[in-house]
Amino acid sequence: MAKVLVKGNEAIAQAAINAGCQCYFGYPITPQSEIGEYMGEHLPEMGRVFITAESELASINMVIGAGTTGTKAMTSSSSCGIALMQEALSAMCCAEVPGVIVSVMRGGPGLGNIAPAQGDYFQALKGGGNGDYKIIVLSPSTVQEAIDLTYRAFHIALKYRNPVMLLADGVLGQMMEPAEFGEYPYKDPDVTQWALDGANNRPARNIVSLHMPEGEMEMLTNRIFKKYEEVAKNETTYEDYLLSDAKLVLTAFGSVARVAKAAVKRARDKGMKVGLFRPVTLFPFPDKDLHDTAKKANMILDLELNKGQMLLDVRSAVFGACPVEFYGRPAGGLLTPDMIYNKIAELYAKLENTTKTEAGVR
Amino acid sequence: MNGDMSVIISGFGGQGALFAGILLCHAAVVEGKHTTWFPAYGAEMRGGAVNCSVNISDSDVPSPIIDEADAVIALNDASQEKFEHKVKAGGFMIINSSLSHLKTKRTDINYIKIPLNELAQKLTQPAFVNVIALGAFLEKTKILKIESVKEVMKEMAKTVSAKKAALLPNNLESIEFGANIIRQQMVTA
Repeated sequence: MAKVLVKGNEAIAQAAINAGCQCYFGYPITPQSEIGEYMGEHLPEMGRVFITAESELASINMVIGAGTTGTKAMTSSSSCGIALMQEALSAMCCAEVPGVIVSVMRGGPGLGNIAPAQGDYFQALKGGGNGDYKIIVLSPSTVQEAIDLTYRAFHIALKYRNPVMLLADGVLGQMMEPAEFGEYPYKDPDVTQWALDGANNRPARNIVSLHMPEGEMEMLTNRIFKKYEEVAKNETTYEDYLLSDAKLVLTAFGSVARVAKAAVKRARDKGMKVGLFRPVTLFPFPDKDLHDTAKKANMILDLELNKGQMLLDVRSAVFGACPVEFYGRPAGGLLTPDMIYNKIAELYAKLENTTKTEAGVR
Repeated sequence: MNGDMSVIISGFGGQGALFAGILLCHAAVVEGKHTTWFPAYGAEMRGGAVNCSVNISDSDVPSPIIDEADAVIALNDASQEKFEHKVKAGGFMIINSSLSHLKTKRTDINYIKIPLNELAQKLTQPAFVNVIALGAFLEKTKILKIESVKEVMKEMAKTVSAKKAALLPNNLESIEFGANIIRQQMVTA
């Protein structure tokens, strides 16, 4: 299939359709409204379900309803809209209900603004829902990857019976670039063993998130966390860009990572040994791989469009193997290739000086 | 570092700055090139300021965000004001002199002043200043063939409403006319 020029939001919507998404429930919010518009245009004519919900609370609860029947369902929103869904996400993890949530981040906190930002890393990864739970979070950096990860999100949501979030931002949602859809590449698991598809002479099934008997909730939580270990083992993904000899390693996710790449290219042209470690899955976070990378590096520079959120996971993974610096802008301020390059040049010069001093002492 | 050609197209809402960028990107895809289009999106409306950043390259385009552009197309005075400093030294800026009478501030870039709105009056109506400017840009840079844009327009006409599709001849005339502005200037220069 040939490459087509497509907007990030529309690419996600078309990929969801290709992945077999039967139901879309959503409430418009910039910068992701094109997802709902696209679904509204296409799902009904295919005999699938499209509902403009009365609120984000309603959208995510409709996803739960569809998910309990083993139906592929999706909602999409942005920052303050995703905030309203947190209670339901916790419930979905507990009740093991699959579903896909697309979060296209804008500036925050509060209603914030509509500019691109990454201030919802904590919201996605450390969630506002109650209890011990994790949602699987995938972070696309290009429109092509938005398509590929949308496919993957639908598959692993069913595979692990857990909500999966595609965490994008306004840059990726609004930009256009050539991409190829291809076909949905996964074979999905059978859902008939658990889905609420009508008892019809078999014993009744319950999908619930309330477990009162003593010890039951503890057992369930432990089982779910065993499942998360499986997720970590099977799904952890990151991109290695020029890491093998890198003294200064950048860490960045989503759209910032591609801007960082431009800066890395330029730094390499000037002879600086710089590389980029880009987590594709944010949960599971590639902590072991990042730790191994950090052991070979002299410094990590974490780049984000926020005040330092993935930074905590980066520090935790690095665990003292090398110093970790942070450079970011919150609430709609963008990092440009020049800004990142200048930061690289500044830190790299420091590294060179330190190395020389140490050599002098010896 | 932003690819072989980076351009910012800016104007007031309704002038088609964003659409000119989309045409450019589609034409890049027709020619098998890498490209990105990134708009200043959101609360813009007719009369407000809009712009998009376009990269065209033979290789992968990492950053859709442009620090300094090879070229800026400013369809009105506010756009000239906003983006004059964003042109790379040695780059150029197309200014719509029908709607901008601002003095130019730099000596290290080239200015191409075209009275787009006046010239558009000479064509079959409606004519399109964004498309005329695009024609001039392409003729000046040769980054893509005018024919590729025409091909894109013809393809688009098949998928839009009959009312819009009826404007295909006007679009084709506008892009050719834009290219001719540069061709004639080069002859007289």
